[in-house]
Amino acid sequence: MFDLTPDEWTAVHLSLRIAIVATLVALPFGIAMAWLLARKEFWGKTLLDGIVHLPLVLPPVVTGYLLLISFGRRSFIGSFLAEQLGIVFSFRWTGAALACGVMGFPLLVRAIRLSIEAIDRKLEDAASTLGANRAFVFLTVTLPLSVPGIVAGMVLCFAKALGEFGATITFVSNIPGETQTISAAIYTYTQIPSGDAAAGRLVIVAIVISLIALVASEWLARYAGARLHGE
Amino acid sequence: MLLVDVEKRLGDFAIAAKFEAADGATALFGPSGAGKTSIVNMIAGLIRPDRGRIVSAGQTMFDSATGQDEPPHRRRFGYVFQDGRLFPHMSVAANLDYGRRMRGLTRDGGDFGRIVDLLDIGHLLKRRPGKLSGGERQRVAIGRALLMRPELLLLDEPLASLDGARKHEILPYLLRLRDEMAVPMVYVSHHPGELRHIATTIVRVEAGRVTGTGGPELLATADADAL
Repeated sequence: MFDLTPDEWTAVHLSLRIAIVATLVALPFGIAMAWLLARKEFWGKTLLDGIVHLPLVLPPVVTGYLLLISFGRRSFIGSFLAEQLGIVFSFRWTGAALACGVMGFPLLVRAIRLSIEAIDRKLEDAASTLGANRAFVFLTVTLPLSVPGIVAGMVLCFAKALGEFGATITFVSNIPGETQTISAAIYTYTQIPSGDAAAGRLVIVAIVISLIALVASEWLARYAGARLHGE
Repeated sequence: MLLVDVEKRLGDFAIAAKFEAADGATALFGPSGAGKTSIVNMIAGLIRPDRGRIVSAGQTMFDSATGQDEPPHRRRFGYVFQDGRLFPHMSVAANLDYGRRMRGLTRDGGDFGRIVDLLDIGHLLKRRPGKLSGGERQRVAIGRALLMRPELLLLDEPLASLDGARKHEILPYLLRLRDEMAVPMVYVSHHPGELRHIATTIVRVEAGRVTGTGGPELLATADADAL
């Protein structure tokens, strides 16, 4: 009974690839943004904080549409990236990854920011008196101590990316083999009379992937916590 | 020789402190809230004075007149904090080695062994700070500050977080440090008993100001608070 058709496998593969790429590419930006918001005071911080959180509160379709206008082929950024760097987002899986990364970004930043804010700044001071410049303070104290938050943020971002639907479909449409993720595929199957079995199989796959991610994150967080505070 | 002449306003509280610390152990002595820790933080570069100068061994660390302000990592002052501040994600050995690595110094086995022996922390090297007692933690913190080969050692109430017995456990190590390592020390405390053992010069600090400099006789007024 549980044999996925090649089309369904494609959707599963694509979803995983998009979610993983989205999470990994968002990660360095997420860490930088979280550090900035947690540790620095600057003009416009509240505004920046708001913009980062916007995808969380906006209707996903709106986010997708905004991506379409800013990163589409004819847009200024989109044409620049396509001509100068050869990066094309519109109607490609890369665009789906961009949409998923943008949607997951606030969750990623939030988790890491909380983790950084919980770090005793006195430890960072201590590191600086021991000869560490700011970059090394960050790399040897701040970053390792925020690993639990980074893990939690990555899982949230991955889960969000896996389930993303509205922004992705608005931005890069629903093209089998290119931008049709599990969610989009399930939606498509529910729209056709004979699609129930296929939709059901993909639903089970989605549940399994989500559970694995959850268990893995729980295990990683516990492992990181033990590494940080004992043993 | 350390020369400190700093002014700093912290809310309603104003610090205006001027003193010199010669070799040996100079104590900043005074009641809690007198601004001793803030002065030490200014020496370390963790707080920026509003005005003044800090010169260590002829090298200017801070001078508001010229705008010079060396960041903490370039001042080479070992700092032993009241609360230890060991890195919880590193072993004791990695904590001890941190300053040497950050300063890019070569490993000196003799130095490491001598300080580890002096502080009697050899059996703790593989442990994590979370598994140490308060006294062990402070000894490791002292070792960590010494192993960066500091030009000056700042100790901010290094015994304050310990109970009486633990204090007596660490005091001998601090004395050996002063006599054997020949690193000038600035030692903050409000305990005359502690300072009677350690300090060679007393700088009395009250309400943000230096109200006296001299020998142990400055401690005489507060005997009841003795260790």
